[in-house]
Amino acid sequence: MKVNKSLLPLVNPLSKDNPVIVQVLGICSALAVTAKLEPALVMTISVTAVLALANVIISLLRNTIPTSIRIIVQLVVVAALVVIVDQVLKAWNYEVSKALSVFIGLIITNCIIMGRLEAFAMSNRPWPSFLDGIGNGLGYGIILVIVAFFRELLGSGTLLGYQVIPQSWYDAGYQNNGMMILPPMALITVACIIWVHRSRNKDLQE
Amino acid sequence: MKGLKKKIDSVKPQFEKGGKFSKLHSVFDGFYTFLFTPNETSKSGVHIHDSNDSKRTMIMVVLALIPCCLFGMWNVGLQHALATGDPDHSLFHLFFYGFWAVLPQILTAYIVGLGIEFVVAQLRGHEIQEGFLVSGILIPMICPVSTPCWMLAVAVAFAVIFAKEVFGGTGYNFLNVALVTRAFLFFAYPSQMSGDNVFVSLGGANAVDGYSGATPLGQLAASTTGQVEVLGVTGDPLSYADMFFGFYPGSWGETSTFCILIGLVILLATGIASWRIVLSGIVGGFFMSLLAHNFATPLYPVTYLTPLEQLSLGGFAFAIVFMATDPVTACRTNIGKYIYGFLIGAVAIIIRCYNTGYPEGAMLAVLLMNCFASLIDYCVVNSNINRRLKRAIVKN
Repeated sequence: MKVNKSLLPLVNPLSKDNPVIVQVLGICSALAVTAKLEPALVMTISVTAVLALANVIISLLRNTIPTSIRIIVQLVVVAALVVIVDQVLKAWNYEVSKALSVFIGLIITNCIIMGRLEAFAMSNRPWPSFLDGIGNGLGYGIILVIVAFFRELLGSGTLLGYQVIPQSWYDAGYQNNGMMILPPMALITVACIIWVHRSRNKDLQE
Repeated sequence: MKGLKKKIDSVKPQFEKGGKFSKLHSVFDGFYTFLFTPNETSKSGVHIHDSNDSKRTMIMVVLALIPCCLFGMWNVGLQHALATGDPDHSLFHLFFYGFWAVLPQILTAYIVGLGIEFVVAQLRGHEIQEGFLVSGILIPMICPVSTPCWMLAVAVAFAVIFAKEVFGGTGYNFLNVALVTRAFLFFAYPSQMSGDNVFVSLGGANAVDGYSGATPLGQLAASTTGQVEVLGVTGDPLSYADMFFGFYPGSWGETSTFCILIGLVILLATGIASWRIVLSGIVGGFFMSLLAHNFATPLYPVTYLTPLEQLSLGGFAFAIVFMATDPVTACRTNIGKYIYGFLIGAVAIIIRCYNTGYPEGAMLAVLLMNCFASLIDYCVVNSNINRRLKRAIVKN
């Protein structure tokens, strides 16, 4: 598949350079917020928004930031954005905000964000940085949504809160798999995704 | 036997390289070596081959499990008869009731597990590994009799793929496959793995008055009154002989300490199980339960059990004899084996006594120590190296 070179920062993180399954970053939140689909979606949107905006801001400031304090500057920018996202979420969707609890605040410490700021935004112009932020946010989100889809479907029998598995199955003896709700199964689901991904992309195999 | 061998040898070339069914070579080889000792000889150098390959080792373990298995089936029938007030206690009536109750589980475990092993062996072009021969019989034996077959199938598939095949198959797994299956069931479907309704097969019949299907350890863990007497299904107290011979409800293969001891004798006589692990496991369990018994408190009613009762009840003895001694997941060094066994025994009793959420701790103890086995070996080997280094360096 040929992709316009200027769009590479947007496309690469979706599969070839995925932050979760290739770089193995942001695993903690992938385990914590994926028991249900809705928090996973909200988390995806939040991280994408924070990452895109932070990338643009740092990219604009990149020539004025002294090297010795660049981490502090990056943190301040990210922290400010995270607080905004947190407040917006509390105002518009209090239930999900409660379900995500500290994990919105912990976006600040998400390795993906600091990683992209250091690796990309500090040395690129604002537009590619913006695309890179969107791309990495979505690449992270795809994995979150896939994991949450399976965990909610098998663990609770619902999707986005709607009952998907019919009552007749339960009457016939089917039971929800309680282990899918527990964090270990998120890890194993991520492992399965990595397994499939690596077997389709031979050049990623070690 | 000779006729069978002739017949098999005559079709053998079709499965060799270039033959009609060469793709199915690993399947053929699996069956062939299962039936006959392979007469392959070394092509280079000098080697001594022992015909006691891993298939025969596995078969010995299955043989050692047979007393437990037969008794377990009979006990399923006995508990059913007691619970439903069936007056017919004849040997065959009870045995065949239990046999038909557990047969679907055994078949499910073997079909799913061996099916996955065959497919993986075919895909990778390996020989078929025989590790599942033992796991397949162990798995149903450590599950409640009423476990639905589809749950068992899901759990077996999970355990074989994620505990064994992803690490490279038989001999490379660091966790005991049978216990991973049970742990998966335990955490995924808790309502089917503990409580009052799963350990006795009622078979649709009505229970008698005063019936309770809770296991002895389950009763104690749930006890809030400081009651320390354990009861059978009909409400009569259990004697120590009942506990030792296994006439109480539980995961069906592991109730009888007596049959487990028969199995232990077979395993030790053939040199398959390590006596170091078994001995230190029993010592560890005995020591810990003695300690718990001395500081017994109504807060943790299980601590009122005497050490002998602790060792006879639940899955402790089964775990020590058949799970802890699994040579793949246990420690390799001799000193390591003592530490490993002792800790399994002690941790099992600690979980059983002081964590009322888990009435039985043997499964979790063995899985935990499986994770530490290689670390223990590493420490033992390194301390040995250090000791010898000190001896070797005199003065420069």
